[in-house]
Amino acid sequence: MSHLLKVENLQVSFKTYGGEVQAVRNVSFHVDQGEVVAIVGESGSGKSVTVQTVMGLIPIPPGKIKGGKITFSGKDITNLSKREMRKLKGSEIGMVFQDPMTSLNPTMKIGKQIAEGLIKHQKLSKAEAKQKAIELLKLVGIPNAAERYNQYPHEFSGGMRQRVVIAIALACAPKLLIADEPTTALDVTIQAQILDLMKDLQRRMNTAIILITHDLGVVAEMAQRVIVMYGGIVVETGTVFDIFERPKHPYTWGLLESIPKPDVKEKKRLIPIEGSPPDLFSPPKGCPFAPRCKYAMEICVEKMPGEFKISNEHIAKCWLNDPRAPQVEALIAAGRE
Amino acid sequence: MSVEILQVENVKKHFKIGPNQTVKSVDGISFSIKKGETFGLVGESGSGKSTLGKTIVGLYSATSGRVSFDGHEFGDLDKKTQKKLNREMQMIFQDPHASLNPRMRVEDIIAEGIDAHRLAKGKERQELVYHLLERVGLRPEHAQRFPHEFSGGQRQRIGIARALAVKPKFIVADEPISALDVSIQAQVINLLEDLKHEENLTYLFIAHDLGMVKHISDRIGVMYLGKMMELTTSSQLFEEPLHPYTEALLSAIPLPNPRLAKKRERIILSGDPPSPVNPPSGCRFRTRCPYAMDICAKAEPSWKEVKENHWTACHLYSK
Repeated sequence: MSHLLKVENLQVSFKTYGGEVQAVRNVSFHVDQGEVVAIVGESGSGKSVTVQTVMGLIPIPPGKIKGGKITFSGKDITNLSKREMRKLKGSEIGMVFQDPMTSLNPTMKIGKQIAEGLIKHQKLSKAEAKQKAIELLKLVGIPNAAERYNQYPHEFSGGMRQRVVIAIALACAPKLLIADEPTTALDVTIQAQILDLMKDLQRRMNTAIILITHDLGVVAEMAQRVIVMYGGIVVETGTVFDIFERPKHPYTWGLLESIPKPDVKEKKRLIPIEGSPPDLFSPPKGCPFAPRCKYAMEICVEKMPGEFKISNEHIAKCWLNDPRAPQVEALIAAGRE
Repeated sequence: MSVEILQVENVKKHFKIGPNQTVKSVDGISFSIKKGETFGLVGESGSGKSTLGKTIVGLYSATSGRVSFDGHEFGDLDKKTQKKLNREMQMIFQDPHASLNPRMRVEDIIAEGIDAHRLAKGKERQELVYHLLERVGLRPEHAQRFPHEFSGGQRQRIGIARALAVKPKFIVADEPISALDVSIQAQVINLLEDLKHEENLTYLFIAHDLGMVKHISDRIGVMYLGKMMELTTSSQLFEEPLHPYTEALLSAIPLPNPRLAKKRERIILSGDPPSPVNPPSGCRFRTRCPYAMDICAKAEPSWKEVKENHWTACHLYSK
């Protein structure tokens, strides 16, 4: 089976006064029909730039796709013209952004903003589009949809606005939904509502979702597969169980250890990842995590690790997985007991 | 051991926003914090937790009610005592990008309190700043730099150093980690915990990340629309939440464990929190409460100690 979205060796950089920022360096991943893939990483890890490149949203210049290939539904979309990209964006790929306060047009009625895409891409008449927009508002759980159709964004709460944004993204029944930190700006109880809604819609419409987040709880809840990014590269990828239960990269270990576990009773000191994220102006030639890694070896600074295949879907870019490396996991496990 | 350092009695803070409209951000809250404890305050946006924190340190003056710190009641203090209290209560803010003056050097930012309270001058002042920088994990050479030269985590460390500079007894930390990356959050939390032990501090820790609040707090208070809903020890709150709002809030935390997360049944609250301008009659949570009864609309539930050290305001527990 061919993948719905395939990204191969993507390299994206930005020209700035300080020099060239290599935001994404050789990133490869794929998304299949109907699955939820989470991309986790800190600010500056390249996760947002990666998906914005997929959507054709990075400004060129200063941005530049220096290499790689993006295939969607078997079609190369790396260098589509603006017009072709716009066609694809409205109808086959939908996007939900972090901040529901700024992703809606404040001077336009909610209903019109949903109907806009339907008229443009599905060639519906105004009346049909209105009908469909009201249905969509109901679908995303907005009460009194017909009345709400004629209201403006400022009359909606944050959670409600995010529902509207989801309705717009789903209007043309896209095959892929890209959600960039969709719940970060929301309160926990509202976050639970939105995650629930996304899960439900994904099941009903069989839409694939790329979920970008830094909240590991949200990842565990939503994703089937996880991509961990750091310093512009994918450091580890695998199923959600691979990543949470048998992670093979020290950065992933660090992430999991630095958050408190709500289900564990006794209080333990958190184990932070010391240091700060790398400078992408002149990324190290070796592993970008090496300067913060407790287990870094000489080779880590010298040479970028290759992809070590742990199992069919589980890949880690870390020299510790080389058969010649010390078996630190056994040592850590022994240390815990 | 359990000497109360801070007492809050029936504190209200209302803001007038129009001729006939007031936002009742904090509407009658009472609790106390013991010396050496970390008290966590959780709630969603609009619950009034930050307003309460600012009222406690005196950045807002309360509309009514009493705040007393270390035996002194706010309001009618002589200037000298007021100044002493201002020094002893410090605050750490949420946004490390907005809380440091971009035109000031780090040295002057940290020493602002030292100067205002005339604690040190010249060489001594400089040494104090260097010492503080080292205490929070920065280096003395950072003193001459400006805030924009630092990352978010480092700026938050500068904010902590500034609070520590005047040797406070009590620190209100208002969402000190929510603007930071996950791997940096743990660094700041550990720093706060270390400083607490070394300096004998008492914290009021305000946050919406329940996992972190549980980790750092001894006791936790849960706020909703300006009212305290439940208050107990952090382990008790997570094991046996009494108030339906707390129950829903806990079930809304995404668990970083895929097996548990995919199995459990969540309580999904319907709707949004009502506006604090016009809160519901009776219990404020009743419009979203899965167990709401007739009485909840009529009478406001009283604040009761249902179990030892476990307080809540809910009609389910009134006999």
